[in-house]
Amino acid sequence: MRHTHLISATQLSRDDITAVLDRAAEIDADPESVADAQAGSVLALCFFEPSTRTKMSFDTAMKRLGGDTVDMGPVESSSVKKGETLADTVRVIEGYADGIVLRHPSEGSAKLASEFVDVPVVNGGDGAGHHPSQTLLDLYTIRKNARLDGLTIGIMGDLKYGRTVHSLSTALTNFDARQHFISPESLRLPQSVRYELDEAGADVEEHTDVDAVLPDLDVLYVTRIQRERFPDENEYRKIAGEYEIDADTLEAAADDLTVMHPLPRVDEIAPDVDDTSHETYFEQAHNGVPVRMALLDSLLNA
Amino acid sequence: MSDNDHELRVSKIRNGTVIDHVTAGQALNVLSILDIDGSEGTGVSIGMNVPSDRLGGKDIVKIEDRELSPSEVDVLSLIAPKATINIIREFEVAEKTRVERPDRVVGVIGCPNHNCITNADEPVETSFEVVGDGIRCDYCGTIVEDAFTQHLVTD
Ligand SMILES: [Zn+2]
Repeated sequence: MRHTHLISATQLSRDDITAVLDRAAEIDADPESVADAQAGSVLALCFFEPSTRTKMSFDTAMKRLGGDTVDMGPVESSSVKKGETLADTVRVIEGYADGIVLRHPSEGSAKLASEFVDVPVVNGGDGAGHHPSQTLLDLYTIRKNARLDGLTIGIMGDLKYGRTVHSLSTALTNFDARQHFISPESLRLPQSVRYELDEAGADVEEHTDVDAVLPDLDVLYVTRIQRERFPDENEYRKIAGEYEIDADTLEAAADDLTVMHPLPRVDEIAPDVDDTSHETYFEQAHNGVPVRMALLDSLLNA
Repeated sequence: MSDNDHELRVSKIRNGTVIDHVTAGQALNVLSILDIDGSEGTGVSIGMNVPSDRLGGKDIVKIEDRELSPSEVDVLSLIAPKATINIIREFEVAEKTRVERPDRVVGVIGCPNHNCITNADEPVETSFEVVGDGIRCDYCGTIVEDAFTQHLVTD
């Protein structure tokens, strides 16, 4: 990849994506071949909000490349709590590490951090903004289980605040993909993401109900509707209930439908889906390691 | 209309800026963008819905003893894309420019997304790309289509 930082899916070209996915497939097939690729390198994990999975996934990826990680620890015990700016924090950490993975609650934080340091910054999720490394592992999973060109995908749930959705839908504009967005009115894609899709001339449709499009889908990507988005518990239950799928719902789907979810799930995918041939979310999570290995190796060697 | 009426509306200023051909109805927003509320002690006159060959109706804003900065002119272009800026020195028009829509607006407008990192206490200026009818935050991607004046950076 020609970029020094990975901030947003908007910066990923088709060639960038293909290069990372191809490299990830090589690594997946022969992990030993890169066991020392980053020996002597240190990656800083700066997580300003908790995210066990993303953090462990990057940690594992770096260690499987023979490198090491340093961890900022919980925000509560750091200088951030004392009012240090993010710009200062990353400038200090730049002195310790060869690259930085940043998870932060504010949109635009990774871009800001990248403007203050010379080491590569990977956006590990910025508020409701972007989560591009998740997107790469999503694309890897889609390519492996379906295809990227000629794809019909349904993306369902909280599309407004779901940063994985924002990054994925943007990245898919590099491919010949038809995207169906399925959500309650109040959680539709934000205008800023819609703008990207329209600019790219993406084939996009919005729905409030999954049933109409389910039989056409190659992939159904489900996200969680968060309780805290609703002031009223009953309102939440009513809406969330309409966006849950189970084995019965999937009777109407194609046999080779791939069901994905960035995890953790709560109620939106019933446990009985785990036993169907559609379940792909655990594999999706596991794919995070080879994909992040490919990504880190490329960025740290750039 | 008598000459006297005309004089009242567009009386000449000695030094300052005349912003002409402002989109009708935007004069007060122009003042807001320039952070002018009258407390500066200098003369400000505005004409609203003045007949205009070019625009049908237009607003005019005259500000004494102040010359606009390029970034102020950039933001004006967003709400008054046809405006002309006349810098007046000793009653004469010393410079006359049309506003041009910039590619970017930096440091003038705050991002309306409260969770945007530019609203935290970080050492960066806001930065927006001008797109279509609006502007788009370079940091969080939020699009502002109108009501720019609600989001002006004030000290
Ligand atoms: Zn913003």
